[in-house]
Amino acid sequence: MTDATAGAVPASKDAKPGQMVAADGRPLKESLNRALRLQKMRALMLIAPLLLFVLLTFIAPIADMLFRSVQNGIVSETLPRATAGLSDWDATTGDLPDESVYEGLYYDLFIAAERKLHTRLGSRLNYEMTGMSSLFRQSGRSLDDIGDVYFDQFKDLDKNWDEAEPWAALMGDADWLQEMQAWKKADGEMPEFELADGMEKLLPRTAETYAAFAVFAQVDEGKSLLKEEPWVLVHTALYQDLMAKDVSGYSGPQAEMLKAADAAVSGFESVTFKDGMNAIDDDWLSHTVWQTIKTYSPEFTNGYFLNAVDMQKTPDGPEFRSENQRIYGLLFKRTMFMSLMITGSCILLGYPVAWLLANLPMRTANLLMILVLLPFWTSLLVRTSAWKVMLQQQGVINDVLVWLGLVNDADRLVMINNQFGTIVAMTHILLPFMILPLYSVMQTIPPSYLRAAKSLGATNWTAFWRVYFPQSVPGIGAGSILVFILSIGYYITPEIVGGTTGTFISNRIAYHISSSLNWGLAAALGTILLAVVLGLYWAYDKIVGIDNVKLG
Amino acid sequence: MTDMANQDAFVAFERVQKSYDGETLVVKDLNLSMPKGEFLTMLGPSGSGKTTCLMMLAGFETATHGAIKLDGVSINDISPHKRGIGMVFQNYALFPHMTVAENLSFPLEVRKMGKSDREAKIKRALDMVQMGAFAGRRPTQLSGGQQQRIALARALVFEPELVLMDEPLGALDKQLRETLQFEITNLAHDLGITVVYVTHDQTEALTMSDRVAVFDDGRIQQLAPPDELYEKPQNSFVAQFIGENNALDGTVQDISGDRCTVRLDSGDLIDALPVNVSKSGEKTRVSIRPERVEFNPQLGPDAHTLEAEVLEFVYMGDVFRTRLRVAGRDDFVVKTRNRADQVRCAPGEKVRIGWLPEDCRALDAP
Ligand SMILES: Nc1ncnc2c1ncn2[C@@H]1O[C@H](COP(=O)(O)OP(=O)(O)OP(=O)(O)O)[C@@H](O)[C@H]1O
Ligand SMILES: [Mg+2]
Repeated sequence: MTDATAGAVPASKDAKPGQMVAADGRPLKESLNRALRLQKMRALMLIAPLLLFVLLTFIAPIADMLFRSVQNGIVSETLPRATAGLSDWDATTGDLPDESVYEGLYYDLFIAAERKLHTRLGSRLNYEMTGMSSLFRQSGRSLDDIGDVYFDQFKDLDKNWDEAEPWAALMGDADWLQEMQAWKKADGEMPEFELADGMEKLLPRTAETYAAFAVFAQVDEGKSLLKEEPWVLVHTALYQDLMAKDVSGYSGPQAEMLKAADAAVSGFESVTFKDGMNAIDDDWLSHTVWQTIKTYSPEFTNGYFLNAVDMQKTPDGPEFRSENQRIYGLLFKRTMFMSLMITGSCILLGYPVAWLLANLPMRTANLLMILVLLPFWTSLLVRTSAWKVMLQQQGVINDVLVWLGLVNDADRLVMINNQFGTIVAMTHILLPFMILPLYSVMQTIPPSYLRAAKSLGATNWTAFWRVYFPQSVPGIGAGSILVFILSIGYYITPEIVGGTTGTFISNRIAYHISSSLNWGLAAALGTILLAVVLGLYWAYDKIVGIDNVKLG
Repeated sequence: MTDMANQDAFVAFERVQKSYDGETLVVKDLNLSMPKGEFLTMLGPSGSGKTTCLMMLAGFETATHGAIKLDGVSINDISPHKRGIGMVFQNYALFPHMTVAENLSFPLEVRKMGKSDREAKIKRALDMVQMGAFAGRRPTQLSGGQQQRIALARALVFEPELVLMDEPLGALDKQLRETLQFEITNLAHDLGITVVYVTHDQTEALTMSDRVAVFDDGRIQQLAPPDELYEKPQNSFVAQFIGENNALDGTVQDISGDRCTVRLDSGDLIDALPVNVSKSGEKTRVSIRPERVEFNPQLGPDAHTLEAEVLEFVYMGDVFRTRLRVAGRDDFVVKTRNRADQVRCAPGEKVRIGWLPEDCRALDAP
């Protein structure tokens, strides 16, 4: 070996003395790694499409859910100006935000209302404060009131202020205007609007709002700017610009009209944005409304999570909700407790059945197996509804008990629409998930162990408890994990037979997904559930050891 | 052996029958009695009912008919854990979730023995099988032979008087088997325990046992010490099953005292010892051990010899194995010791063979 190494050393400069080298003079380890890497790459390439598919369909939804639970961009995206203004506002003093914030709000809300985005924001903020939804909807409807003040005055001054073409000529680039005038429907896409040079400097607000209007009209609505009169928002902006700026140096198109307006605006009647918003809805003078908007203006929020653990954001930091508003803690605890009960009952009922399955002669065992699997072949809804029939107060079991005289007709047992009903029905539904892993583990325990134990002097019970049972524990572990995790996230059965006291956290999640549409909160609840399951899994691994879990 | 009084028998099967399905008898009329301290082996082909007998003795199967007695008391209705019978299983059945020491401690714990007693006994049992150093291991961390030793120690640790072993060495390689065979017999002898041992390896049966019960078809075909079994098989099944055997079919021609003449199906006449035949004209199968056949025999003047053609000559070191065509059969084997003056036949050669009449046993025709 040393001879070979010594002979090969000169061939390679990176081979250290005493190192094994391959035939080409590279260090052997490196060659081996390279060969293995190639193999691995090839293997990876083969499974790459599947891996990608799994990642996309499995990981991506979970990632999306985790993301949704903190994502909160909608406020700052819909109200960019207002939220920017609010960052300087101190929510704790009790003062309302100043006029510039109201101005921002008006601009934001106007554009959002035209694009019909304001109601979405209203729904989002309504999760945090009731009344927000109607406030936004109402405001979106009456927002023109403010602009109309200026619009009417401009129109009275010069009818052209209510015409599409003069506006387009004033604001648009000359080349664009020509193209636009030459454009016909048959040409396909409209030439994209371009602001006239210097317009942004001259009339900044007007330019910005007109540009927003142009995008909306051309792209969203597909209308020609030569035919569509601008929003009254643009008139408001123009008023503000003319009040603030000097346009005497302007000599572009429609200079006459602009200069005339410039001369007239100082005499215009005006309203402050604050008063205007107040007139639309006096909630805009409410301190808490602004507080809520400010609290939820950052792009990411822990608000959903706080909400999910019965807390809420306040200007002074997170606080617990008042006693009567706390529901999620109770629901989480109830979900845990009932899942444990269900797992426990599944072990109690499933163990003997699995034992029978594993120890009966093949033919009988197969028949029994069919009985075990039968529930899988009937609809979940049917099975759950069957329990309703069985357990309700006028149901089969109560009838039998009354008939036997065990229960008075007047006080029939309440066994459905409560925790008892949910536990019974869910135990029935999840039982196969306990039996199957137990069965497959028990099948691997040779009967000779029991015989050996008995021949050593153990009674039936001792033989079972000291020899058989410990070996079936991995099956119990696997079954328990399956049943517990399934039941923690179960939805349909508690929904049908749970009533008010037997529902799970998942029913609340479903409610937020399909009824209240508060997906962020649903995602936060789901994330907490996931964390709890992972935590339990970890604890299980620490205590029992996950390699002690066998499915067969 | 059948005349042994049942009263002094330690283990006795009396007219025991067993059927699993109510249609066929797996064990048919089993009678067996063993004195204390005997090492008895049940030997037989697969499916002959050996395990069934053992399980009935251990109490895991109930006899359909008949009585099984232990120390004179019928144990038919005693449950297995009260019988106090040690048992070694073919797959060892060591409890995988317990260490070696815990496995050994188990039978003592269920007997409510104190801790110090237990430890002393475990240590003694482990030392007995030379496994003292392995007390803390799990069964899965042991080799097959080591597991077997532990299984043995566990069956012995609570000092049973009767130990049952069902093919305990079946899964081991030849060398280890031989070592363990030796150890088991020695242990059984030293401890004075009674052992019922099941195997279908005849060498194992012959080397280990005081007596061997050859099973076939749910019956004991012969119950005898190893030498008797080999040299004096009582029927053609035993002759064929134990050791190498030459069988020739024929009809009894003439019978007088301890001699008879048999006319083989090929027409040749041979001399034999009548064992299972009583009158002339009876069908019979004669059995001759390969090492009892002589080439060019110097027998009495009226002795019959046979013409044979050498088919094959195999040099095996200590012995020569010659295959011959005799009386129309191609599978007649002769074994001769490797001596300087021994004949070495060449294939194709014609030779005469013969034997002493007492070495040729006329048994039942199958
Ligand atoms: N539990 C059972 N149910 C039905 N038939 C059985 C059962 N156990 C054994 N048998 C039948 O009884 C007969 C004897 O079986 P047994 O196990 O006693 O044979 P054995 O002599 O131990 O064979 P082997 O050498 O293969 O272990 C067999 O034909 C077998 O098929
Ligand atoms: Mg057997």
